[in-house]
Amino acid sequence: MCATCGCDGQDHVHGKRIVDVEQDILHQNNLLAERNRGYFEAKNILALNLVSSPGSGKTTLLERTLTDLKGQLDFCVIEGDQQTTNDADRIHATGTKVTQINTGKGCHLDSQMISHALQGLKPKENSIMFIENVGNLVCPAMFDLGEKERVVIISVTEGDDKPLKYPDMFFSSTLCIVNKTDLLPYVPFSIEKVKENALKINKDLHIIEVSCTNGDGLQEWYSWLKSKVLAPETV
Amino acid sequence: MHELSIVMSIIEIATKQMEGADASIIEEIELEIGALSGVEENSFEFAWNQAVKNTPLKNAIRKIHKPEGIATCLDCMIDFSIQQLYDPCPVCGGHFLNIKNGKELKVKSLVVN
Ligand SMILES: Nc1nc2c(ncn2[C@@H]2O[C@H](COP(=O)(O)OP(=O)(O)O)[C@@H](O)[C@H]2O)c(=O)[nH]1
Ligand SMILES: [Mg+2]
Ligand SMILES: [Zn+2]
Ligand SMILES: [Zn+2]
Ligand SMILES: [Zn+2]
Repeated sequence: MCATCGCDGQDHVHGKRIVDVEQDILHQNNLLAERNRGYFEAKNILALNLVSSPGSGKTTLLERTLTDLKGQLDFCVIEGDQQTTNDADRIHATGTKVTQINTGKGCHLDSQMISHALQGLKPKENSIMFIENVGNLVCPAMFDLGEKERVVIISVTEGDDKPLKYPDMFFSSTLCIVNKTDLLPYVPFSIEKVKENALKINKDLHIIEVSCTNGDGLQEWYSWLKSKVLAPETV
Repeated sequence: MHELSIVMSIIEIATKQMEGADASIIEEIELEIGALSGVEENSFEFAWNQAVKNTPLKNAIRKIHKPEGIATCLDCMIDFSIQQLYDPCPVCGGHFLNIKNGKELKVKSLVVN
């Protein structure tokens, strides 16, 4: 008879024992991210995860893009925001389908939130889905949402050593947009330096300089977008 | 602070495994958190202490392995240790690197009772 609970010892084991786990801590998030990715691929949707510090210009870039490319491409947007619906309202004003995820205290979006949002949003086939992540260069780096490409945005008011301070984000992105170039004359920011720093972390990172205010460089961003939509593997 | 999400995932994984083993407490947990995993030690510590209250991990002894960062220079084909993702190859000074080690983030094993 078992000394712990008096059973006959056949139903369960007692005492200290080792359980081999060997499981990735982000396994659950990664699984759901792969499911989202499958959803996007099946519908030929180009999903882009936009990450930056607060105020770098993610929403402004989206407003410009959605307005300028209206009629040329189909878009929809998921807005991640800790508190307000301001950003979603700004997107809505461009006439684009948008859904808002309020993360509350959460400092990043995760794949489950996206999967949830997709159910209500029902994005069109062959469209571009922008996901504006929570303004934060640390946490969103670890959470795959199922996006095709991750786009990191930095503005010239932030300091050209930013890539070195937040290497994970630059490591995991494929495109870096340097925004607010209209302010270059007024700030001590070197485009060469920021490029050099970013490429130290990610040799394959593509870099585009833009100003959402005066429109400089936006054509290059639009060409990049169109090239991704027309890429043979997504057709 | 993504460390809290990380700790919550650990609790979820560990609790499931514990239940699967028909046990009710976790005495020890063995984790692997690589030097380049993006987990900040102090934040992790803080999040841990907040989150494990009222869970089977409350009194668990933690063993954390911290694999160091190792990269391969794709030009020189040599391996070397790195502290940061932007560390250059010590031979050619280049950044054409492949990260080989240090990004681990794993629950390895438990001791349950
Ligand atoms: N000068 C300048 N300001 C910009 C530019 N792009 C955005 N901004 C401003 O930067 C602020 C933050 O922009 P927002 O798009 O809300 O940033 P988000 O937090 O990344 O979404 C707003 O006041 C914008 O008007 C730009 O190219 N040049
Ligand atoms: Mg915004
Ligand atoms: Zn028993
Ligand atoms: Zn965080
Ligand atoms: Zn080398």
